[in-house]
Amino acid sequence: MRAALRSEVRKLLSTRLWWVLLLAMAGYLAFIGATLGLALALGGDVEESGGAPVLGGVDAATTVYSLVSAIGYVFPLVVGSLAVTTEFRHHTITQTLLAEPRRGVLLAAKLLATVPVGLAYGVVGALAIVLGGAPALAIAGDGAFLTDGDVVQVLLLDVLVTVLWALLGAAFGLLVTQQVAAIVVILAFTQFVEPVARLALGAVDALAGVGAFLPGAAADALIGASFFGELGSADLLPRWAGALVLLAYIGTFATVGRLTTLRRDVA
Amino acid sequence: MIAAPSLGVDGLTKTFGPLRAVDDLTFEVRPGAVTGFLGPNGAGKTTTLRMLLGLATPTSGSTRVGDRPYAAHPQPARVVGAALEATGFHPGRTGLGHLQVYAPQVGADLDRCHELLDTVGLSAAAGRRVGQYSMGMRQRLGLATALLGDPPCLVLDEPTNGLDPEGIRWLRTLLRGFAAEGRTVLVSSHLLGEVQNTVDDVVVIVRGRLVHASSLADLAALAEPGAYVVSPTAGAVADLARRQGWPVRAHERGLVVDGVTADVVGTAAHRDGVELHELTPRGTDLEDVFLRLTATGHDLAGTPGGAR
Ligand SMILES: Nc1ncnc2c1ncn2[C@@H]1O[C@H](COP(=O)(O)OP(=O)(O)OP(=O)(O)O)[C@@H](O)[C@H]1O
Ligand SMILES: [Mg+2]
Repeated sequence: MRAALRSEVRKLLSTRLWWVLLLAMAGYLAFIGATLGLALALGGDVEESGGAPVLGGVDAATTVYSLVSAIGYVFPLVVGSLAVTTEFRHHTITQTLLAEPRRGVLLAAKLLATVPVGLAYGVVGALAIVLGGAPALAIAGDGAFLTDGDVVQVLLLDVLVTVLWALLGAAFGLLVTQQVAAIVVILAFTQFVEPVARLALGAVDALAGVGAFLPGAAADALIGASFFGELGSADLLPRWAGALVLLAYIGTFATVGRLTTLRRDVA
Repeated sequence: MIAAPSLGVDGLTKTFGPLRAVDDLTFEVRPGAVTGFLGPNGAGKTTTLRMLLGLATPTSGSTRVGDRPYAAHPQPARVVGAALEATGFHPGRTGLGHLQVYAPQVGADLDRCHELLDTVGLSAAAGRRVGQYSMGMRQRLGLATALLGDPPCLVLDEPTNGLDPEGIRWLRTLLRGFAAEGRTVLVSSHLLGEVQNTVDDVVVIVRGRLVHASSLADLAALAEPGAYVVSPTAGAVADLARRQGWPVRAHERGLVVDGVTADVVGTAAHRDGVELHELTPRGTDLEDVFLRLTATGHDLAGTPGGAR
């Protein structure tokens, strides 16, 4: 198992993908952090023009800092899924199974290997959002609140959620091994289907609770503060339940992947 | 000497829908020899090797590496080094990076990776991305990967594909060396000529079925002499052959006499006063034997299922 894990970690680190996407995420989050930080800090106008609640003080800070999950989660998801789908795209799965024919061990190693990568993305993501958001909040708003307990908690949870997203990505890659299809589904779901579904489900009383079980909503629940949450789209689950829902997605995808993809013959 | 396990295939069958890609196949690959696994395109060689290596599940039958299936070995890549035709490389990984990825499971260190790149002649390209490698370089890298764990058994699927003549000769020397050390070596090919100078034993399959398994020498013994004869009096040649008990058949402008050499035919014709305008040796060599095996799908030795 340790050998398989080392092999998987080396796979992830031996191509350029992981740091290219990491840099892209860092740049993106720093930019978003600065933009939203400024928008919230100067948000008095919003109250006059629309009905959205104004966020000030520490709430503005936690909302900005939680964007690592709300906005940045596509990156760990994609990296996690690529860790699996490249094996099928480039047919390295053959060599991989020659080296480790116990397919359950391979599955565990693949999932575990995304944990350090998720950690790296989480830490870098949290740093990037602080780098972009803190100055904006401090200069134009009520302050950066970097030593506030709630803020520290959000930043730590950012890291945890990012690890879970990476795991979810890897488990999903096992389900949809076709690389392009996996990326298209991830982008379509996270950027369009889920946001629309959360709004739509929130609007129907009978289904209002269902939206909370979508992965993005579960992640918001785990973080406990969210941009979309503050927009008042729907009720969120308790924090622990949010974590369980994400773990359930990971477990389900991984189990189905084990029973389908990893059962099949390999060329 | 290395004590290597033998490889075995027992009643192995694999169907893809209606197609019996591998059909009740049984053979044994002994240590200390290079065994050629031969058959035309689509004969089922790769499919058989995939099952031997635990990549595909047999429809029925089983495979063995020593006393158990490949996947039942705790570190199987240390027992069997394998390179299959479909094996891929991540184009963005360097040659060295590729070896390092698979090194942990066989307990190979960085020095071993470098040593192997040297062995297969890729030292200069170690830091280049595999995406820029030529076909032959990939073939060499695949071989290096197979050798990572210094395995006592080697299974190579069409290893000469893409290799230059110098590379083919180098591979031959390498494989002969492995067999001499006592290792078990199984090499597939669709051309006998390509492995003729490398192998000790041959296993020939056609349409998934075993048609011949023996030493190369026993296969060569199946080669037959023959003579092509053109005569203005073809009837006289046919009479002569009948008296001698030689089988003849019409061919182009004359006849082919099977089972005898041209000089014997010439002597007999001269003695009987039969006029010959052409007399050409037309025997079968090893390649002909192989072609006839693969064309008919039956063992020429008359024992379908092979010599052992
Ligand atoms: N995954 C698959 N699905 C369906 N048919 C397959 C599959 N794999 C192989 N076959 C078929 O099984 C037969 C044997 O194929 P295989 O690749 O084992 O032949 P081979 O002896 O290796 O040929 P070659 O010399 O061309 O490599 C072929 O008819 C092939 O089309
Ligand atoms: Mg083949």
